[in-house]
Amino acid sequence: MVLSGADKNNVKGVFAKIGGQAEDYGAETLERMFATYPQTKTYFPHFDLAKGSAQVKGHGKKVAAALVEAANHIDDISGALSKLSDLHAQKLRVDPVNFKLLGQCFLVVVASRNPSLLTPEVHASLDKFLCAVGTVLTAKYR
Amino acid sequence: MVHWSAEEKQLISSVWGKVNVEECGAEALARLLIVYPWTQRFFSNFGNLSSPTAITGNPKVRAHGKKVLTSFGEAVKNLDNIKGTYSKLSELHCEKLHVDPENFRLLGDILVIVLASHFGRDFTPACQFAWQKLVGVVAHALARRYH
Repeated sequence: MVLSGADKNNVKGVFAKIGGQAEDYGAETLERMFATYPQTKTYFPHFDLAKGSAQVKGHGKKVAAALVEAANHIDDISGALSKLSDLHAQKLRVDPVNFKLLGQCFLVVVASRNPSLLTPEVHASLDKFLCAVGTVLTAKYR
Repeated sequence: MVHWSAEEKQLISSVWGKVNVEECGAEALARLLIVYPWTQRFFSNFGNLSSPTAITGNPKVRAHGKKVLTSFGEAVKNLDNIKGTYSKLSELHCEKLHVDPENFRLLGDILVIVLASHFGRDFTPACQFAWQKLVGVVAHALARRYH
């Protein structure tokens, strides 16, 4: 799957609009993911996952920063996320199916906070982008 | 049989009560065809699907979207027997329509996003949980009679 020029512009537009709220988006994405797909909690036995958890907020900030980084280097996502890709392959080993679940929740957050931003075209581009990120992060798994 | 807590039932019916089935159905189907273009393979007789604008404005897409979401309403009304509710539709999708059940999961995810965009902050994580569960149960029921 290839991101077209239009896709890249759409994605950059989303993150430009989100701006400084990216951390909040990240935190809410995780909160929704843990609530909607309880099996994702198995990767965080060491976390306090109660509502408003500082650990979830902190981790959401990291996740959001990675998405922003990928969007800022959208012509070379695998380069931009290379270290994260190593980390996921060697240490975290999150099953690939979970990246789709995170992606779904991120889309829900964007849709609920910014419905006018998520036109069908932007929705398509963002979904492709999130798939591409997941693919990069699992690329070195085997 | 699927177990629904009282809270889940309440979240499902309160959202459904406020849904404009025609609008949401049309939007969900249009987004499916736009976001996952390979799903257009089932609609070669729908006319112009050449662009997102064409798809969104296509009257056959709108009509079919309304039909699909109206049928979804049967699940909401029969939460305790979704399997039975979709038994015939499942056979139809297998034997006549030849639809890969993965498409039901894709449409379900899109529907959740459409609901989130309509209900905003009211579409809480608990709401999302109940609705993702519902769309998953519906997808499973529609796939159940496949052979």
